[in-house]
Amino acid sequence: MLNAIDKNLLNEIANLTDIPIGAYNIRKNGQGVARNTTENIDIITKKDQPGIDVIIKPGTKNESVYIPVILSENLSDLVYNTFEVGENSDVTIVAGCGIHNETDKKTQHDGIHEFFVRKNARMKYVEKHYGEGEGCGLRILNPKTIIEVFEGGVAELEMVQIKGVDTTVRDTLVKLHKDAKLIVSERLLTYLDQVAESNITVELLEDEATAQVVSRSVAQNNSKQIFHLNLRGYANCRGHIQCDSIIMHNAQVSSIPEITAYSADAQLIHEAAIGKIASDQLIKLMTLGLTEQEAEDTILKGFLK
Amino acid sequence: MLNDTEEMIMLEIKNVSLSLENELNKVKILNDITLTLENKKIYVITGPNGGGKTSLAKSIIGIYKPDEGQIILDGIDITDKAIHERARLGIGYAFQQPPRYKGIKVIDLLKLAAGPNSKIDFCELLLDVGLCAKDYLNREINAGFSGGELKRVEIATILARNLKVAIFDEPEAGIDLWSFQRLTETFTTLNRKYDTTIVIISHQERILRLADQIILVAGGKISEITSQDKFMNDLEKMNSGCRCKQDCLKGGEENAKCDR
Repeated sequence: MLNAIDKNLLNEIANLTDIPIGAYNIRKNGQGVARNTTENIDIITKKDQPGIDVIIKPGTKNESVYIPVILSENLSDLVYNTFEVGENSDVTIVAGCGIHNETDKKTQHDGIHEFFVRKNARMKYVEKHYGEGEGCGLRILNPKTIIEVFEGGVAELEMVQIKGVDTTVRDTLVKLHKDAKLIVSERLLTYLDQVAESNITVELLEDEATAQVVSRSVAQNNSKQIFHLNLRGYANCRGHIQCDSIIMHNAQVSSIPEITAYSADAQLIHEAAIGKIASDQLIKLMTLGLTEQEAEDTILKGFLK
Repeated sequence: MLNDTEEMIMLEIKNVSLSLENELNKVKILNDITLTLENKKIYVITGPNGGGKTSLAKSIIGIYKPDEGQIILDGIDITDKAIHERARLGIGYAFQQPPRYKGIKVIDLLKLAAGPNSKIDFCELLLDVGLCAKDYLNREINAGFSGGELKRVEIATILARNLKVAIFDEPEAGIDLWSFQRLTETFTTLNRKYDTTIVIISHQERILRLADQIILVAGGKISEITSQDKFMNDLEKMNSGCRCKQDCLKGGEENAKCDR
């Protein structure tokens, strides 16, 4: 059912070498190919549109859900997935999309993921995007992530896209209620002629909501990156955005900050920096015996870790 | 067949001159420097600020390319070798102002320094520079690092390597006084245990006291190479015989720059 290409893609996006243990739903070329549910986690195919509902029972602890998507044929795939993370649960959700495109035609996956993190629940969401294949057909990924975190809930997002994807527009919209917490860690590397746009909007709706967004990126060759990170504070809340990019070769990076306070008690900070690799870092590593290329790779690997 | 003196020579700097460009013009930084450093000895380079000490060190490790002259390490001409090649041949340089990183931990840097086959104990190594391994090994060397912590890790990256020549650029800067003793002990151990030739750029008397020889660099030239005893003697005479304080309009300070 899963061939070598599929397994390689799975490994890249979800660190899986085979079918995972626990709840999972593997979608290949627009169709579900494998699914497993557990006592606490149910996965149901949507009736009105393509996609699934993942329902995590209240109080579910230390369980994981894997929902990778792999594309190895030319097609445009669009899914709507909904995640219901029950009260007081603590779960990890691993999503991701791998595209293998050997042809000259485009392959596209647009996913809309909607999460409801209920009262005092904790969710870690890991999303990896990866493209491969020798063909010059475009690999396009446009993920849209909508998250609502209710009172006392925590959402931790790890979003990674390293090479391989030609154009991407990532939209992330988060709503935080009382005492809700958001931690976002975004890592992006583009090269060749790739274009990546990341829009993250966080609405801190109620008191004691906190958000920390750390975005690190590397832009190489002729690639382009646009970051639009936006915090809106409506109450006694705290938010911090750190957007840090390393620019190389002929790349182009735009970092557009936006912070808006609708309350005098909102504390919002935006930090953005774009620059090339510091030469003293390179030289130091070279004095330890690394070539310039090795030094560069070490610095970039650390930066994107 | 080499004779005894040749066997003892570790690093030879022959007629090295260096110019660097600033915004306006080319400035001569080092002027015809010739220096021979012997195996297993401790040298301290001292002299006024801007005299060329760091530039000399950076020329040895290959960060600066001299306009003229030759640098020979243990019989191998390294004048045209790149930084990493010199490093692999056994030269180490601890920066005066080491860089901070994003995402690189103390353990990562020490592993890179030690190389893949090293069996070195990183906990011991950190203890040698006065840092607790438990607190520091997994810490990122980022903006949260103080100047003193950064210097200690920098020194550890040199101690992690098996070197022929180790150059320390003002290692005492930022190290608090109570750790100073430990630092001087570390230098002597490194020298004895690994037979490393040590070059320390410093203004500190206690570091000067470690030296087999003291090299005075001023105005891009070597103005004097003396034994430690003679240097200390001269220094004392200079201080006691100095009339700067009486003549100086600003009142004069003990350590004021003096170009007599």
